[in-house]
Amino acid sequence: MTVAPELLEPIRIEVPRRLTWRTFPYWLAGIVLFLVGIGYLIVVGVEYRAAFDFIKRGIALTLYVTFGAFVVGMALGLIAAMGRLSHNVMANNIARFYIEFVRGVPMLVLLVTFAIVIVPDVIDAAGIDRRFFDLTHRAIIGLGTVYGAFLAEVFRAGIQSIPYGQTEAARSLGMSRRQALNHIVLPQAIRNILPALGNDFIALLKDSSLVSILAVRELTQMAKLYSGSSFRFRETYLVLVFFYLTMTVVLSLVVQWYGRRIGTASEAR
Amino acid sequence: MSDSMIRLSHVHKYFDSIEAVNDVSLEIERGEVVVVMGPSGSGKSTVLRCISYLETPTAGEVVIDGIRLGIPATDINAVRAEVGMVFQQFNLFPHLTALENVTIAQRLVRKRSKEKAEAVAREQLARVGIPEKADSRPHQLSGGQQQRVAIARSLAMNPKVMLFDEPTSALDPELIGEVLDVMLKLAREGMTMVVVTHEIGFAKAAADRVVFMDEGRIIEVGTPDEILNHPREERTKRFLRQVLH
Repeated sequence: MTVAPELLEPIRIEVPRRLTWRTFPYWLAGIVLFLVGIGYLIVVGVEYRAAFDFIKRGIALTLYVTFGAFVVGMALGLIAAMGRLSHNVMANNIARFYIEFVRGVPMLVLLVTFAIVIVPDVIDAAGIDRRFFDLTHRAIIGLGTVYGAFLAEVFRAGIQSIPYGQTEAARSLGMSRRQALNHIVLPQAIRNILPALGNDFIALLKDSSLVSILAVRELTQMAKLYSGSSFRFRETYLVLVFFYLTMTVVLSLVVQWYGRRIGTASEAR
Repeated sequence: MSDSMIRLSHVHKYFDSIEAVNDVSLEIERGEVVVVMGPSGSGKSTVLRCISYLETPTAGEVVIDGIRLGIPATDINAVRAEVGMVFQQFNLFPHLTALENVTIAQRLVRKRSKEKAEAVAREQLARVGIPEKADSRPHQLSGGQQQRVAIARSLAMNPKVMLFDEPTSALDPELIGEVLDVMLKLAREGMTMVVVTHEIGFAKAAADRVVFMDEGRIIEVGTPDEILNHPREERTKRFLRQVLH
């Protein structure tokens, strides 16, 4: 069983198990054809090639921001999910405050607020040198904080998808609350939510383009720089689309493959 | 101190405003097998769950082997390790093999080594008659086999008491026998058992006493012969007529 795949589904690639002329994914062939076409232009076209070579220098930073924010988001999301599931009124309300606050503000606005206002305030208050937190890392924290609120709901749904009888069985064997959670509930919950986490990762990869507003030189920022100096907008942005779409299509295929694998395993239950 | 293994005194349990258990007092001796019967909603499962403190009684006292539950001085996890519980829905851990289901609590709670825990687990799986299923996942096992793994999982903790909450109610009729056989064997070996069930045959074969409950109260208690063959109370008679048909 996958949990809440509809929460954030950035791209959904489904290849039918049996291909006939009716079920054949022509749309996917179209996307692949588009990518091949741009790829061809990059290989043969001088202007496309120049744009590609310039923009690709941002790919490492795009991946760094995406992974970094995902790690931050997972940690915050797990903590917030525990808060939401807690019977402690205070913990529950703090978690709810965080989740609803984040969901009520546009991501772009929140990202800038975090990077320019909140993170500097916090590190000043903590007495840490600002140089340890450049804009890239502030952007990671900002993006991670936003995604933590989304992931909290994924984790919560995952934990709640495990029947309470599992906890009762564990507790009746003498396991503590924490042991039951760590050894019985979470391993099952994580397995169920992996496809949803994969989708959120893809969404995060796309949203990492927002950090270009902070002049972090990831893919989108590199594209902005290149088009600004060369005025080759068509080539620049088609190449940028090529980068993102290639990554999201590949990741989406991986998510679908995994979802099918655990899907067939749970059907056997 | 008496030799009782379980003592319930004046236990009450409310769910919101509904009184599921109403002033239940019961003393169970070491080695005794007690079968609890009653119509659904009579509070019999809730009483059982109060013994393992999966439900906290609203009022009253639960004492297991001289240890009073629900007071700060009592480590409930330590008590639960001594009280095995078998559920209607088995509640095996689906992400673990049968063997791992039986070893995990031994390792985490009893702090046994991997080797020791696995040796105990294999011994208990053999005891319930399925040593060859050690490496199977729960979904590969029949309901009867799953329930027997669940019994082995509890037995591996070397409990002083075993509680059974309608252990055969979720099973296909042809699988009930294999689970009851294991329970009967346990009873003959002298395990202290409290069993909520509708299996009259099991009660007659294994029980020292039968408790009949209705509407949260104990209606009557007696030997299987007294309760099942010569019930005094009208409600018991009515229930038995329905179960026997």
